[in-house]
Amino acid sequence: MNPGTVLAAAAHHPGFLSPTGVEITFVLVGLATLGAALLTVTTKQLVHAALWLVVALGGLAVEYLLLTAEFIAWVQVLIYVGSVVVLLLFGLMLTKAPIGRSPDADSGNRWVAVGVAGAAAVTLVWVVVDAFRSTWINLHGAVQGTSHATGTSLFRHWVLPFEALSVLLLAALVGAIVLSRRTDGGKETE
Amino acid sequence: MTLTALAALVPLLPFLGAAAGLLLGRSAPGFVRPLAVLPTAASFVLAAVVAARQGTGAPTDAAHRLATTGSVPVDLALHLDGFSVLIAVLVGLVATCVQVYSLAYLRDDPRYPSYAGLVSLFTAAMLLVVYTGDLMVLLVGWEVMGICSYFLVGHYWETETARAASIKAFLVTKLGDVPFLIGVFALGADAGTFRINGILAAAADGRLHHPTVVALLLLAGVAGKSAQFPLHTWLPDAMAGPTPVSALIHAATMVAAGIYLVARLLPVFTASAAALAVLAAMAAVTMIGSGLAALAQDDIKRVLAYSTIGQLGYMAGALAVGDRRAAVFHLLSHGAFKALLFLGAGVVIHAAGTNSLTAMSRMGGLGRRIPDALWTMGLSLASLAALPPLSGFFSKESVLRAAEHASAGDTAHVPSAVGWTVLVAALVTAVLTGAYATRLFLLAFRGSGPEVPDHGRQPLAMTTVLWVLALPTVAFGGLTYRELPHWFGGPSGDGLGPVLTTSVLGTGLAAVGVLVAYAAWQGTAAIRGANPIGAVVAEPADAEPALVEAEAIDTHAEVYGDVASAEDLGDPGRLLLGPLHRSAAHGFHLDAVYGVLFVRPVLAAASLVRFLDRDVVETYVKGAGGTPKLLGAAVRKAQTGNVQTYLGALLAGAVVLAVIVAVGA
Amino acid sequence: MHLAYPAVLAALLFCVGVYGVLARRNAILVLMSVELMLNAVNLNLVAFDVWLRDTLHAGQALTLFTITIAAAEIGLGLAIVLLVYRNRGSSDIDRLTALADPAGPRGDGTGRPGAGEDPDGPGTTAGDEKAEATA
Repeated sequence: MNPGTVLAAAAHHPGFLSPTGVEITFVLVGLATLGAALLTVTTKQLVHAALWLVVALGGLAVEYLLLTAEFIAWVQVLIYVGSVVVLLLFGLMLTKAPIGRSPDADSGNRWVAVGVAGAAAVTLVWVVVDAFRSTWINLHGAVQGTSHATGTSLFRHWVLPFEALSVLLLAALVGAIVLSRRTDGGKETE
Repeated sequence: MTLTALAALVPLLPFLGAAAGLLLGRSAPGFVRPLAVLPTAASFVLAAVVAARQGTGAPTDAAHRLATTGSVPVDLALHLDGFSVLIAVLVGLVATCVQVYSLAYLRDDPRYPSYAGLVSLFTAAMLLVVYTGDLMVLLVGWEVMGICSYFLVGHYWETETARAASIKAFLVTKLGDVPFLIGVFALGADAGTFRINGILAAAADGRLHHPTVVALLLLAGVAGKSAQFPLHTWLPDAMAGPTPVSALIHAATMVAAGIYLVARLLPVFTASAAALAVLAAMAAVTMIGSGLAALAQDDIKRVLAYSTIGQLGYMAGALAVGDRRAAVFHLLSHGAFKALLFLGAGVVIHAAGTNSLTAMSRMGGLGRRIPDALWTMGLSLASLAALPPLSGFFSKESVLRAAEHASAGDTAHVPSAVGWTVLVAALVTAVLTGAYATRLFLLAFRGSGPEVPDHGRQPLAMTTVLWVLALPTVAFGGLTYRELPHWFGGPSGDGLGPVLTTSVLGTGLAAVGVLVAYAAWQGTAAIRGANPIGAVVAEPADAEPALVEAEAIDTHAEVYGDVASAEDLGDPGRLLLGPLHRSAAHGFHLDAVYGVLFVRPVLAAASLVRFLDRDVVETYVKGAGGTPKLLGAAVRKAQTGNVQTYLGALLAGAVVLAVIVAVGA
Repeated sequence: MHLAYPAVLAALLFCVGVYGVLARRNAILVLMSVELMLNAVNLNLVAFDVWLRDTLHAGQALTLFTITIAAAEIGLGLAIVLLVYRNRGSSDIDRLTALADPAGPRGDGTGRPGAGEDPDGPGTTAGDEKAEATA
């Protein structure tokens, strides 16, 4: 990053001390999201973790909306909140996860994890802030993430990866079925 | 067919017979017996034809170079002269007799095919040694004989005795063969050729640089092969083999190979007075020691083995005094009567059911059961004791005469001290020979006691062979001593016939030995009657003779406490030898001496090496392995199998890298 | 809007996910943390797409793809976790130590039903001594 351009760009945009409404909303929702995420990874109750994950993912969907990516936001709500979390809950139930507080939810290398994650956070935030502290997103003008725009680009420019992904999904579907089949059923086919 | 081609066929036929017999032995058992006997017999006939055609003429030489072998050529050479053709006839005769005898003796043996094949192979090797004119080719036959001897001595490999004996025979003869090989190389290097004629010419011209060293090296091989002191110890133990093998290998042929070799290379030996002196001392010690030992043995075959050693000592003595004609003369007559003795001993062991003279002396009527063996063995024992007019008398007489000649200082190159040594030793041995021959005969055939169990009539093949061999035993010496000098060439002025002094001395001393042994036998008769001792092998009457023998040899140590001797107070040999008896029975404890001198140091060195390897070298290896092991243990501690730990370390590393990059940028 | 806001939020979410992946014991909770990390990346993609006004909408397209792949991943991951749970009776990640290098040679590392057992049990030391003896 060339410091000269950064400084030149910063001169054209408002500072952090005069936030816009969108920014305030974004930061508030972001704090809620972050808090939910933190609770997800720290709570002793496994089912609560899944529920806090719903909050965090939902918060992210709001953030997408604030970033004018409305299609992504709805997809996020549909896929993540709607199905992934449900899947996770099913998984928790199938593995007989205890309801209520389980004191051994965190493993032994918790402090190592704290150290690594903290160091990574410090490094990343420092680098990101250092790099983008004066970069401004112009949210006005043509909305970037309408369904129309996204659909057009997806089926015009990204159609091949899109089809490949459908194959990937199919493979994952088959794989999941094969993996989760009971072993005695496997014996019959052998 | 030319003489050369005939002569080449002589060793080739038994070889082909052996190859065919060994290959077909399993698949076509019906062919084994013809394949064993016919080639050997044919080769005997051919050898006789070759001898007749060669006659007293000049030596015939033929050579074929198979391949160029560098600076010192090796030829497939044939050398026919009086010595070689006559010895070939002897080998053919004895081999044929042995093969015929084995038909009956080993008739039920499951390993007969390999046995017969090996005997044929052995015969071929011996004939090759006899006929060849090249030392390298001779060496091939020499070693083939050695390995055949190993296999045949170990024929009854189920028994501990036979296994030990075969290994001992192989190792001891090999001990002599190594210096022998070096000697052959030295000889070839000095003379520039391995052809015997060339070597003899070089010796005559004085072109051999180290005649003493070469002669002594060759003597080591000769001592091993011909069972001369101090390498004779394998021969008595080799009696653990079947009797026909003893007759062929350990009496008539293989042990004679060493003598034959010295006879062929005699000019090399006469070039060095020291070698002759060593040979004479060796012969003297061998003769007297083996005579004493033979007097103390209990196993009939061991008596014969020691007598073989003694007679080979006579031949070596004749060579030491520079008379190879006398040596070969004695070799020929000895080969005939010793083969007869061994084959007769086989019949005796079969009939008596034991190989122990002690046991035989306690049983009556053995002579009546086997009259053929009684008569032929009596004749051959008389021949062994050199009683006139049997063959042994004439041949031994020629040796005595040569020794006497040398002791008078009349033989060129030979110091008179050598002559005296050989002469005195030979005369002493004459007494001993007379004594042990008499002892053997009296104990075996004139025993008194319970009647011998009837083992049935001896097979015709065995008894016929005895009478066939009895012919040369009786007549060979007397008929041929005038003719042989012409066959053997050289200065014809000296005959091989008996002269008055040595005949009287030799015969007189032999008679003394016979009479003393007879007197001792009479004197101990009462003790024998009072102490019944002995055990016989109980086998059905139609059992194979070889089986009886194998069991008798195997159980001898068990019954009498020792392989060689028995605690028999009625043994005339014990009376004659007095305090010497015990050590004589064990070959003067030479095996024990070897055990102390060689076996134990070798074993100690081996255990030292084992200690060095296990405790010293291994320590360093373990030390070298220890450090990586510790490191490995440390690394292993990190491998907890916990994926989160791995991932934590990975991400921590990534963060560190990112920080470094960020700070660096 | 400042790009720094979504970027910092994404970074922090990502690190929260990292912590969850490293610290959580239950495999399904680890999967949730992985979802958090993926979402952090998605947020970045959307933010930068909006900032750059990409005509191909690469950021949003890739976000969709990531969501798809995440769905596939969560399906497969759950299947695996179910399988593991069915075989081992536990879905605790730190007890699935069959990959560990045992102190001594064991018959076979595979198919050992109690792979989560104490790795320094008496059996291992005995095997260690045997290894010493044969070495």
